[in-house]
Amino acid sequence: MISYILARVLQSLVVMLCVAAISFSLFTYVGDPIANLVGIQSSDEKREELRESLGLNDPAPVQFVRFVGRAVQLEFGISYQQKRKVASIIAERLPATLELSILSALIALGIGIPAGIFTALNRESWFSHLILSGSLVGVSLPTFLIGILLIFIFSVQFQLLPSFGRGEVVQLGFWSTGLLTASGLKALIMPAITLALFQMTLIMRLVRSEMLEVLRADYIKFARARGLSNRTVHFGYALMNTLVPVITITGLQLGSIIAFAIITETVFQWPGVGLMFIQAINEVDIPVMSTYLLLIASFFVIINLVVDLLYYFVDPRLRVGRGVRA
Amino acid sequence: MAKAPLLEVRNLRVEFPTRHGTLVAIDDLSLHIDPGEVLGVVGESGAGKSMTGAAIIGLLEPPGKIAGGEIVFDGQRIDNLPDADIRRIRGRHIGAIFQDPLTSLNPLHTVGRQITDTIVAHLPLTARQARTRALELLREVGIPAAAERIDHYPHQFSGGMRQRVVIALALCADPKLIIADEPTTALDVSIQAQIIVLLKRLCSQHGSAIMLITHDMGVISETADRVAVMYAGRIGEIGPVSDVIHSARLPYTIGLMGSIPSIGEEVERLVQIDGSMPRLNETPPGCRYHPRCPQAFDRCSVERPELIAVGSSRVACWLYDDSNQAQTPLPVRAAAKTNRDSPRINGTASAKPLIEAEGLKQYFDVSPPLLTRILERTGRRIVQAVDGLDISIVRGETFGLVGESGCGKSTVARTIVGLFDATAGTISYDGASLSTREERARNQSVQHKMQMIFQDPQASLNPRWRVSEIVAESIPRSRRAANGGVSARVGELLRQVGMSPLDGDKYPHEFSGGQRQRISIARALGGEPEFLVCDEPTSALDVSVQAQILNLMVDLQRSLGLTYLFISHDLAVVHHISTKVGVMYLGRIVEWSATHRLFTHPLHPYTRMLLDAVPDISKTGTQRTQVEGEVPSPIDPPSGCAFHPRCPFANDRCRTETPKSIMVEGTSIACHAVEEARLPSWKAA
Repeated sequence: MISYILARVLQSLVVMLCVAAISFSLFTYVGDPIANLVGIQSSDEKREELRESLGLNDPAPVQFVRFVGRAVQLEFGISYQQKRKVASIIAERLPATLELSILSALIALGIGIPAGIFTALNRESWFSHLILSGSLVGVSLPTFLIGILLIFIFSVQFQLLPSFGRGEVVQLGFWSTGLLTASGLKALIMPAITLALFQMTLIMRLVRSEMLEVLRADYIKFARARGLSNRTVHFGYALMNTLVPVITITGLQLGSIIAFAIITETVFQWPGVGLMFIQAINEVDIPVMSTYLLLIASFFVIINLVVDLLYYFVDPRLRVGRGVRA
Repeated sequence: MAKAPLLEVRNLRVEFPTRHGTLVAIDDLSLHIDPGEVLGVVGESGAGKSMTGAAIIGLLEPPGKIAGGEIVFDGQRIDNLPDADIRRIRGRHIGAIFQDPLTSLNPLHTVGRQITDTIVAHLPLTARQARTRALELLREVGIPAAAERIDHYPHQFSGGMRQRVVIALALCADPKLIIADEPTTALDVSIQAQIIVLLKRLCSQHGSAIMLITHDMGVISETADRVAVMYAGRIGEIGPVSDVIHSARLPYTIGLMGSIPSIGEEVERLVQIDGSMPRLNETPPGCRYHPRCPQAFDRCSVERPELIAVGSSRVACWLYDDSNQAQTPLPVRAAAKTNRDSPRINGTASAKPLIEAEGLKQYFDVSPPLLTRILERTGRRIVQAVDGLDISIVRGETFGLVGESGCGKSTVARTIVGLFDATAGTISYDGASLSTREERARNQSVQHKMQMIFQDPQASLNPRWRVSEIVAESIPRSRRAANGGVSARVGELLRQVGMSPLDGDKYPHEFSGGQRQRISIARALGGEPEFLVCDEPTSALDVSVQAQILNLMVDLQRSLGLTYLFISHDLAVVHHISTKVGVMYLGRIVEWSATHRLFTHPLHPYTRMLLDAVPDISKTGTQRTQVEGEVPSPIDPPSGCAFHPRCPFANDRCRTETPKSIMVEGTSIACHAVEEARLPSWKAA
């Protein structure tokens, strides 16, 4: 058990180091940091002095170690444009993205999994066919189009929901939440649905096909032949086995919900890290870009780690060795 | 038979509605099972035997449905019961056992939970009582240390042990009838013997009747009281087991019996039933067997025969109808079998080996990743699939290699043809060394003289290629221009394996399993080989088709002077086709000698155990000695003689010292007990 977790954690660290290397190389190869720091009139000597004092003349590995050391202490430098600490910009922006993503994930899982189970168990019902045809919309329409459609219908035509922003937020310590005000909640609805729709249909179709596969398995047939009730067979035997492969894909999808919030945030002008990243690209704000990269990578790595551990608890084939062969 | 039958199936009809009309899978089938009786149901694949079992317990796969007839169980009609009621009968009154123990158990629950779930579903017991009962059941089916094993997951059990758990599950509510669908097919012979003995014993103790569905006549012959022979969705013959096996009346049964190789007799060719079972959408009118029947006459193709009493059996065949005077039935065990008198090869069987391997080793590294190894402080894990094997095959002979799964026989085949690079040891072909990849590359022309035939003809033919392309693939470039080009050669090859040159334009899926295996043989022959390595070439085929392929192989050997290395787990098949037989156990050949000698004077305790365990139609009605234990893992083989943990004659020397091969009266044998002459002499069954 411990060695399994340890191995996974070590692997995660290696991945993070690789991402850090890419993120670090942005500084070195995309533009000259000194040029962004000093005015046009600065003399070459002054530039060289600055370069020396910032340690930019040190060998790349030394600089990299320094970069990683600072990153571990959550020090990511200062934004070229906003002249503020990147860490505090992100701390300001992150709650918005996390609230949006987590709500989307809950919608995607909460509707996707039951819908998948329903359509697998009732293959021939008209409702299943309806769900499946409807899900094609979710898969085939691009996210921004759905967002714009929603805005057109609910904001422009019916004027029910705000078309942009987070509404009023309440500050709880460092965390700004939109969940406690009516306008904050209203503002959250459309972006969350927009972001969830694609993942939801994907999870539903995945659960459905996995479950159909499992229902054909010999142990399900044998369970039925032993006279176990449909309830036990479907939920005690089939569902658990369905979830084993679903967990992996779902984990990866949750990571991408956070990562691909960029588009939704742009459409709804949601003040999260995605929007921040788009602005940073426009302004060639390297520290912000590289920090965003590190942030998203760490989300992916953490989610994957959790998925691996979940796997370990769900599937006894990983947990328990083959034991004695009698 | 004063008692009412336990189960009575009357005029059962099962249909599959499809887009192209309704397919009738089972047509007007009637049978009964008495309490405590074992009814064997045999037939080749597609005969509808599993479907009959599924229909009885109401588990037909949709869209299949019962379209007529009735099923009466214990005085109650059960075919029209609502779902909830039939569920109460399944498991409680009718238990079921399926073929593959590896997939029959839910991998995510402990075996204890699966058993208690089932007990609680049927019996008014508390969870604790159910667990006590589950424990009793596990002890009863012979799971060692049951108290500990009850909380283990299925993957922690070996195949044989899992099938025991499956039997415990089927028995857990004391059902009156058990439907066992191929319960031993996926198991090795020695395990198969254990399971059959166990199943019979438990059912007689619990007073359960068994409907034993299998394609294996050997299993039926020693287990069943009565046998029903099915063909294309109908029963052709039903009667007491010894009658059906020793004096079959239906031409199909006669042919089927003749096509089964038996270790009790030596014949040159097996009885061959041409063709194969009709598909559901092309069942012929009248008697469904008439297109393949050697004794069919006019009436057979028009009118469907019903079961009529002949002696103590009932047979559906017009030959036995009172009005029939035109034909008399063939005698049992048709005369088409001729005794094997001469060696199959006309040329001089020189003593110089054609292919020779010495000290052959093939190890596979299955270690977990380095990181895990460091963290768990475990070393590398090496599978010693082949561990010091010596083999030499003389030109023109058929060397049969038998052994249970995991003994390394397929690895030997692959290493010899060069699919794997041997870890150690030498291989030479006709004097040319082929031990390493470099040597194989240098001796391309020699390498071409070896070809391989695989087990699964479905998987070994590229589905997107036409048959002609598949066969042409192996024709050497130098021969392509000669004798009218590739297409002429392909046509010739197809004719050689009994197919039409016109078949070359079709795709593999248009053929049956037997025809596909013929195509694989044609492909192998394309390279004009001298030496064919056949890895279980008939184990995916039905017996009647197996007989066709085995006969074809014998014919080809005669006409082309081929040498075979024939690998199989089936002792009877190896006995039939081989001139020499080697028995493999955990990566080594423990005994080899001429076929007749090996089967009449087996020396090694393992060989004797296998011969004891194999169900064979020549052993109908005889009792068997039970075999203990299972094949150990080749990752960590036992020290000394690998067989010692299962050997009744093992002593300290066997436990520590690996035996060397010695020659005893023409038999090469690696056994300390034989060497020290402390082995009792062999009494054939």
